[in-house]
Amino acid sequence: MTEVKSAEAPAPPAAVPDELTPGRARWHGLRPYLPLVALVVAAILPYSTLHLPGIFEGPLNSPGTLQLLAICLVFGGLAAGYDLLFGRTGMLSFGHALYFAAGVYGTDILVTKAGLPLWQAGVLTVIGGTTLAALLGAVALRTVGIAFAMVTLAFAQVGAILVARDFGGLTGGEEGLPLDVSGLPSALVGVTNTVNLYWLALAYLAIVVLVVHRVSGSPTGRVLAGLRDDERRIGVLGLDPYRFKLVAFTLAGGLASAGGVVYVLIVGGASPHITSSELTLSLLVMVVLGGPGTRWGPVLGGVLYMYLDHRLTAFGSSEAVNSLPAFLSHPLSQPLFVLGTVFILAVYFFPGGLASLRSRLAPLLTAIRRSR
Amino acid sequence: MNTVVLLTLTGLGLAALYFLVASGLSLVFGLADVLNFAHGLFLGVGAYATWWASGNLPGAGPDGFGFVLAVVFGVLAGSLVAVLVELVLIRPLYSRTIEQVLVTVGLSLAGVALLQATWGADPRPFPRPDWSRGVTSVLGAQVPNAGLLLIVAAAVVLGALLAFLRWTRYGLIIRAGVENREMVTALGIDVRKAFTLVFAIGGAAAALAGALGGVYFGTVSPGQGGSLLIFAFIVVVIGGMGSVVGSAYAAVAVGLLQQFVNYYGTSGLGDLCVVGLLAVVLLLRPQGLAGKVAHA
Amino acid sequence: MVEPVLSVADLSVRIAGLHILQGVSFEVAPTGVTVLLGRNGVGKTTTLRAIVGLTPRGGEVRGSVRMGARSLLARPTHRLVRDGLGYVPEDRCVFAALTVAENLRLAERRGVTPAYDKVFALFPELERRGRQRAGSLSGGQQQMLAIGRVLLNDNRLLLVDEPTKGLAPKVVTEVAEVLERVAESVPVLLVEQNLAVVRRLATDAVVLSAGKVAWTGDAQELLLETALTKSLLGVGSAEVHS
Repeated sequence: MTEVKSAEAPAPPAAVPDELTPGRARWHGLRPYLPLVALVVAAILPYSTLHLPGIFEGPLNSPGTLQLLAICLVFGGLAAGYDLLFGRTGMLSFGHALYFAAGVYGTDILVTKAGLPLWQAGVLTVIGGTTLAALLGAVALRTVGIAFAMVTLAFAQVGAILVARDFGGLTGGEEGLPLDVSGLPSALVGVTNTVNLYWLALAYLAIVVLVVHRVSGSPTGRVLAGLRDDERRIGVLGLDPYRFKLVAFTLAGGLASAGGVVYVLIVGGASPHITSSELTLSLLVMVVLGGPGTRWGPVLGGVLYMYLDHRLTAFGSSEAVNSLPAFLSHPLSQPLFVLGTVFILAVYFFPGGLASLRSRLAPLLTAIRRSR
Repeated sequence: MNTVVLLTLTGLGLAALYFLVASGLSLVFGLADVLNFAHGLFLGVGAYATWWASGNLPGAGPDGFGFVLAVVFGVLAGSLVAVLVELVLIRPLYSRTIEQVLVTVGLSLAGVALLQATWGADPRPFPRPDWSRGVTSVLGAQVPNAGLLLIVAAAVVLGALLAFLRWTRYGLIIRAGVENREMVTALGIDVRKAFTLVFAIGGAAAALAGALGGVYFGTVSPGQGGSLLIFAFIVVVIGGMGSVVGSAYAAVAVGLLQQFVNYYGTSGLGDLCVVGLLAVVLLLRPQGLAGKVAHA
Repeated sequence: MVEPVLSVADLSVRIAGLHILQGVSFEVAPTGVTVLLGRNGVGKTTTLRAIVGLTPRGGEVRGSVRMGARSLLARPTHRLVRDGLGYVPEDRCVFAALTVAENLRLAERRGVTPAYDKVFALFPELERRGRQRAGSLSGGQQQMLAIGRVLLNDNRLLLVDEPTKGLAPKVVTEVAEVLERVAESVPVLLVEQNLAVVRRLATDAVVLSAGKVAWTGDAQELLLETALTKSLLGVGSAEVHS
């Protein structure tokens, strides 16, 4: 095998033959504005006091719900950034957690230990994370395929070790490092201001989606897609695959570290588990569940994964599950068990992820409509 | 001098653990092109099955022959799980490499969670024979017996694997398959049977690592396999994918480097040096030490 | 008309979006050597690999390939080979890390006595070099090994892909001699670029051009028609008659 191929990835959702079904023309005209509508709806969501029992613990505008939603949005953005590597360029990196962790710990250390103002810490961290991705990518991209996966995994492991061993007392080791909020802008501090963090997360997600969309629509993006489908063909065209892959790797790394800056504000600190390879594996799961190489699939996958990861814990300790026999209730109370199993099933039965559901269901719906 | 001997032997103990995990990984990758993230699960199954057997299996126990029986049970369990994974999950995706990696990723997440659901997240004390808690004096150094046990076990496994590869029909098929799988089928051999076999062998070796690692660390926890797995991956890449002997050399190099640098430098520095070694190897030989990486 | 040992009908192969074979049909006679000719990249190797079931993943194969009454497509390679389809691949593909004896041992089958006497009679060198690593053999010796291991078992048809590629002229002659003797007992479908070898061995010829069959018929007749060979194979008359 030469390179990761997401041969099963379906065409982007835009290719769903809407025009084939009559009476949808108006809908079709609205489609380009749909992302904007979604963004507006998401932006005014915190003004809603809607209570959705079972789905969220408190009303939509309660700090707990908003924090959960903000985390989901950040991971939607992270997954979309990771998809730039996996779904759009065909690179299987197992070390993406490193750049996210660089964003989280970088901001935290610069604010808490060095006492820098947030904006300086944030800018420095994103620059640092991007540089780190460029440097390590330059080394790792000398290998391809599985060897590349291994090298990125190993580099990320260095990050995990550095954080866990707490060199120079910077990271707080296993305990993590709570963010010192005294120097932060007051609008971002305190339970009552969770809504601002939510908007920050939403802005981050919007920017990532925009960047990924612009890049994949550009000539560079077409080269990246070419690399995914057949690297040799790009080489034949006289283009250097290495440089294009490095661009994608650096960009994805920079986006991930920016996500780290937002995340550390939302959760108010850094903890070592975000450096683990498990986080990268989760990103992979999000992308595959959502639909690699599609615009909304990874976002959807990321949001849904984080939501389930948080809510399944509550679901697992709920009455319904507890009343089941032990051999069922115990595994079901483990979010990762449920998600891992769903993921395996998705690989077998939904190779295109959530984004392909609609095109897969389309023939079924048409058949139903016809039979009436 | 004492320190050097002690560090060498504990380093070799660590190397033994890495080798037991890496040899199976390497064979599975070399033959079937499957990068098996679920390999750590086999280790966990081996450890927990041994732990369970020593408390519940008639005749098994924490000491003497009972302990041997418990370990045998653990190894068989690990091997069985590995075979099931190959038959049920890997085989239907034959030669679809990325999907196979994805499935093993899902399995590693779900499997560890299942262990956690069944036996809890906290480490459990591992049953171990009394003699394994003691130390033996080697050239003046007081070496833990559990470490020596690991070294002996790994040496035996290495010898057995090499003999199997060298002198049996299936060993021949595996060696040929690592080189060119397609040509093996073109000689009229069903190479997929060999896949199942390498999973069984790899699962057994990893389960043994789980059982003996339990003795060495004194506890067993669901995540134990995961942290070992990353270093085992590094060992596999340095040693050359598909090469058992390469895994052995690389395991020794990684184990000793880690132990010595962690002792003489700062704790944790050894782990970093190991990754540095990997980077150097890959940069000097981008194709990897063995040919397999070249067409990977 | 005698029953052909192999009939290929309307065989199409698509790999990574490229339509390499576009409806190829031909038959292989039950005796002698049928040679598959054509310019480089025309799909000769693809044809052999499709017959033996080794089209790479993602490739799409259509049409029919029959050996006697049996359809070959959709059956796994190892079964086809066990049923008597011997395959000597391009570039020989011997197992470099294995010894010569091990390479041969690998081809043995349960319940079948391997014909070592026959193989060693054809290739005495293989017996002498049993303990040598196949990777250290010369190109010609590797080719002998690649043919020899297939001959350990009985075959109903041999597929041989460019056996003389990259070999010294003297060795080419040796390989041709061996194939001549092999073809006395088993039919061969041969891909070969060296027209001197074709002249010596081939009874029938199939010429591929642009993914289709451009010419079939008597091989010696084809070689006599200089203009035809030139247009089909892109070689000059000097090469044909050398």
